[in-house]
Amino acid sequence: MISQLGILVRYQLRAGQSVGSLEPWSAEKYTLLLEGVKVENVRLVDRISSKKAALGTLYLTATHVIFVENAPDTRKETWILHSQISTIEKQATAATGCPLLIRCKNFQLLQLIIPQERDCHDVYISLIRLARPVKYEELYCFSFNPKLDKEEREQGWMLIDLSEEYKRMGLPNNYWQLSDVNRDYRVCDSYPTELYVPKSATAHIIVGSSKFRSRRRFPALSYYYRDNHASICRSSQPLSGFSARCLEDEQMLQAIRKANPGSDFIYVVDTRPKLNAMANRAAGKGYENEDNYSNIKFQFIGIENIHVMRNSLQKMLEVCELKSPSMSDFLWGLENSGWLRHIKAIMDAGIFIAKAVSEEGVSVLVHCSDGWDRTAQVCSVASLLLDPHYRTLKGFMVLIEKDWISFGHKFNHRYGNLDGDPKEISPVIDQFIECVWQLMEQFPCAFEFNERFLIHIQHHIYSCQFGNFLCNSQKERQELKIQERTYSLWAHLWKNRADYMNPLFRDDHSQTRGTLRLPTTPCNFLYKFWSGMYNRFEKGLQPRQSVTDYLMAVKEETQQLEEEREALEERLEKIQKVQLNHTKVKAKQSEPSKHSGFSTSDNSTANTPQDYSGNMKSFPSRSPSQGDEDSALILTQDNLKSSDPDLSANSDQESGVEDLSCRSPSGGECAPSEDSGKDRDSDEAVFLTA
Amino acid sequence: MEFSDLIRTGRAQAKLLRGPEAPPLRGTLCLTGHHLLLSPGPQATSELWLLLLRSVDSIEKRVASDSGTITLRCKDLRVLQLEIEGVEASLDIARSIEALSSLESVITSFPFFYRPKGLRLGDAWHFHPPERYYKRVARETNAWRLSEVNEDFSVCPSYPRAVIVPRSVDDGALARSARFRQGGRFPVLSYHHAPSGTVLVRSSQPLTGPQKRRCAEDEELLRAVLLGARPGARGFIVDTRSSQAAKQARMTGGGTEAKAAYPGWKRLHRPLERGQPLQESFVRLVEACGDLQQSTDSWLRRLEGCCWLAHVKEALSTACLAAQGMEREGACILVHGAEGTDSTLLVTSLAQLILDPLSRTMAGFQELVEREWIQAGHPFQLRCAHSAFSHARSKHEAPTFLLFLDCVWQLGRQFPLSLEFGEGLLLALFEHAYASPFGTFLCNSEKERCLCEVRTRTHSLWSGLNQPKERRKLRNPLYAPNPLAIWPSVELQSLRLWQGLFLRWIRPPEPSEVAWEKVWQIVTDKEKTKLSQPTVSASEPQL
Repeated sequence: MISQLGILVRYQLRAGQSVGSLEPWSAEKYTLLLEGVKVENVRLVDRISSKKAALGTLYLTATHVIFVENAPDTRKETWILHSQISTIEKQATAATGCPLLIRCKNFQLLQLIIPQERDCHDVYISLIRLARPVKYEELYCFSFNPKLDKEEREQGWMLIDLSEEYKRMGLPNNYWQLSDVNRDYRVCDSYPTELYVPKSATAHIIVGSSKFRSRRRFPALSYYYRDNHASICRSSQPLSGFSARCLEDEQMLQAIRKANPGSDFIYVVDTRPKLNAMANRAAGKGYENEDNYSNIKFQFIGIENIHVMRNSLQKMLEVCELKSPSMSDFLWGLENSGWLRHIKAIMDAGIFIAKAVSEEGVSVLVHCSDGWDRTAQVCSVASLLLDPHYRTLKGFMVLIEKDWISFGHKFNHRYGNLDGDPKEISPVIDQFIECVWQLMEQFPCAFEFNERFLIHIQHHIYSCQFGNFLCNSQKERQELKIQERTYSLWAHLWKNRADYMNPLFRDDHSQTRGTLRLPTTPCNFLYKFWSGMYNRFEKGLQPRQSVTDYLMAVKEETQQLEEEREALEERLEKIQKVQLNHTKVKAKQSEPSKHSGFSTSDNSTANTPQDYSGNMKSFPSRSPSQGDEDSALILTQDNLKSSDPDLSANSDQESGVEDLSCRSPSGGECAPSEDSGKDRDSDEAVFLTA
Repeated sequence: MEFSDLIRTGRAQAKLLRGPEAPPLRGTLCLTGHHLLLSPGPQATSELWLLLLRSVDSIEKRVASDSGTITLRCKDLRVLQLEIEGVEASLDIARSIEALSSLESVITSFPFFYRPKGLRLGDAWHFHPPERYYKRVARETNAWRLSEVNEDFSVCPSYPRAVIVPRSVDDGALARSARFRQGGRFPVLSYHHAPSGTVLVRSSQPLTGPQKRRCAEDEELLRAVLLGARPGARGFIVDTRSSQAAKQARMTGGGTEAKAAYPGWKRLHRPLERGQPLQESFVRLVEACGDLQQSTDSWLRRLEGCCWLAHVKEALSTACLAAQGMEREGACILVHGAEGTDSTLLVTSLAQLILDPLSRTMAGFQELVEREWIQAGHPFQLRCAHSAFSHARSKHEAPTFLLFLDCVWQLGRQFPLSLEFGEGLLLALFEHAYASPFGTFLCNSEKERCLCEVRTRTHSLWSGLNQPKERRKLRNPLYAPNPLAIWPSVELQSLRLWQGLFLRWIRPPEPSEVAWEKVWQIVTDKEKTKLSQPTVSASEPQL
């Protein structure tokens, strides 16, 4: 502690600041500074208008990269968690210094120019080490302390309870039961311990089936549709090879069919392209043979594998990084990346399953290879379409907890939390989150939460600030005692739920109740590039005014007015009563002093009209249309700086429309200088290069 | 000519299909001089269905053994299908629709017969007289005056009667400058930006020709523009053609302002697409939107191939350039291309929307359209004769006005609180520009409208739109006046396809309608709560 403080003080002295100026940075933040890497006169390049660069100081701490601008009035800070760093690129030294490009997993791109090559190299080497931790204990969540006591932390972990969720679905019932076959992860180490299986599936059948499935991921329930008993089950691929059979596995599928008395067959959906599935047969894996399983309908849905998806995202991000591309470059690049086609493939699979369950009343077994990537995507999209509960704030947390966290989606490998095989990394849950956004765009009233909620979840999947997404399975998390040592993201999001509400949410409307009805015609144009995610740090590209925030403020204001009105009405009633009493008193001529005494004392506690008009005056400043910073926002900024992705990454809160709209469209201040015309005949003194 | 000559069969039984999302209608089909009507049977609850024949863009007929199918593609991009009993009847009706929808004569068009309830002829033509704006500028600046040089449209046939010009330039000089500009469109004021004291001026190209002619009065006029702003003010000429195209124009008598002849002015070239290529882009975009069977990739390829969004980007960034020149650089801006009736107006009107909070109000925007498009002589009749489906394409059609509306929509998407009007008004303007029961968008210029007595014999769209019942459809419930300039982002990621227009009849409308209802509800809830606050203060003094 002392040594840390020592470094602190040294920083202070070196920066030539008095201790008094510690104020804008809380002392807590300074304790983050463990190693003494600090570089001055670094320039942060604005990507949109590359001529503009902010001069400032770069700090490397144990957990963050921090850039503090020199500009005395703002001292804008940019914070980046090491776990967010995806790649670091040292570019060729130029006259102005040595450029360092930091790409983040939340799609932030930081271009720094460091004056000295040696410093740049030091930063580069340090970051490479810091961005690739080798032990879980090095991750931020083990040092992150939001100042909650033990009880609060435990309560936070209890917010989302999967056994409650299965109860909500209507389980257990005559057809489904909770199985303890995987107690202590005896059967499958990547599955949870509590699983629902058909009642007729005995432990013998389950264990037998598990031996016939990749990584022993036997068919288990993902979602039960209580309206018609149809269900969505999930598993990994069968080890069928070219001809292998397994009686228990066949019985298992039979049991799933029997659990839905309304239908005489089940769909088995293999989410892989047929070619990939066939290739697996050579390795003793593969897919179900319709001849061996009675009453199944087998279906391929071609979603590409994690490697294709990783490359596709890479290509799309390259398009986003193009320097002043033409519209045609952009659209061509977007098409070429195939990203939207992959998103549509996942959606189509989800739609197929949702229709089978809700319209046909047929149960579906979904698998891919291991049943933890595409299967998770498809099951959760289908559930989201089927059940309005998952379209609420809490329901969505439950959905991720159920289909992703509990069923062993390999968060650590996919999102590269610890240094590992880069070929394991793939934006699997990013794609699911984008599917949700695409649905939100099509059904603006169907979701209780807003875009910001999705963006913050995406951020925290990579941030490792909360323990929820650590490790590759429930078992690992238990061994690591995550719940005792870290905090839950869900509790944090729930606490700030006011920020994540969609003001347009209508749970009362026929369109948003029950299954979401997608258009019958294939509408490719409905899938759009999600600028709010992939360009989210380029604020200039985003709409300058937020409808969501505006409507939330209006709603809040309405509520406030409503409350005031109630208070006033109450008061009016009292006044009238008093007046009535006065007349009565006059008529009866009895005890006038007591009544008036009572009324005045009561009046003093109620709102007076003066207060009321005072409140009215304060409204404009709360309304985002006026562009003033919301006082509530300032509060969050202070308290939660490091846990709110928007704030932690970039403390430059949009100070409102006024501020932004004052910026010139190109972001540059370059004037058309008098003699800049090269062509004597036409002065292409362009002051708008965009 | 009588309409009845063109109608051989006026009546038939038919089924109407209105796209995948709407239920079909059955009933008696009726053809009149201006309309196609479908009257559902007596048992039906739905109302009479009515289509203005003028809005039919293309017609396609197919016959079976005892019935015929007519596909009507409308100018508002709707596609309708009529299944008509009887082969003869269906062929007759198809022929009649074809003839009636393409009548050329203005004075027999429907606006001359349209007499809606609640509106009186002659009302509201003067809702938005440009003169009022010009008078205000003249009063405020003292450097500009209203001129009646074009009172009889003899100096410039495409200008209105009243124009606003520098005070120091007399009418004789204006007439001589007009002779030096294509179509007589000499430089006139378009917008005065009071905070910076600068002005936006528009004209057509100068007729310098291969001999590099000059015109002293024209030079004087532009000098006066700079002097009027402030001594030593600079100016930029935004030419909406490429410098090569501008040079080529000299061969045909046009050209650009020579640098030496116009001290203080600098020329910038910002090529904007116009004419046939723009129409082609529109046609290809609509084709792509209508193809529901294609894959996601081919959709993106076709979106890219039609270049529409690239045109949106160019138009917006050129307008930003002009606006930035005025607001940031304190320079005067002259905009022209060749004729000065298309891309020129696109740039000047968008620049005003960016700079001027007043033009973002409901009334201000209507005034802007009236002043900068209708009165400024955008040839609506030629440009909007056909929409994206017609096969009979003349070389005059171009969706310049639609491009303007699209750019406004992009502004509204980026600044959802800053425009008082909503998408509804933009859609209405698109529809009415192509086919309308109102007279506002008739003809190509003020001169033609006077000849046809449009003002006295037809109703104004503005009076139609400003009726209280239309309010909710057209207004933006989120509007909060924003006194500042709104600088849009013109980066590719910030521009979107205007689905509300291009996919209006293709995507299911309900989700966005449900959302819109909710927005209105939230906003009106607040209004209601505010109004229902009890007035305690009134009873207070009695205590």
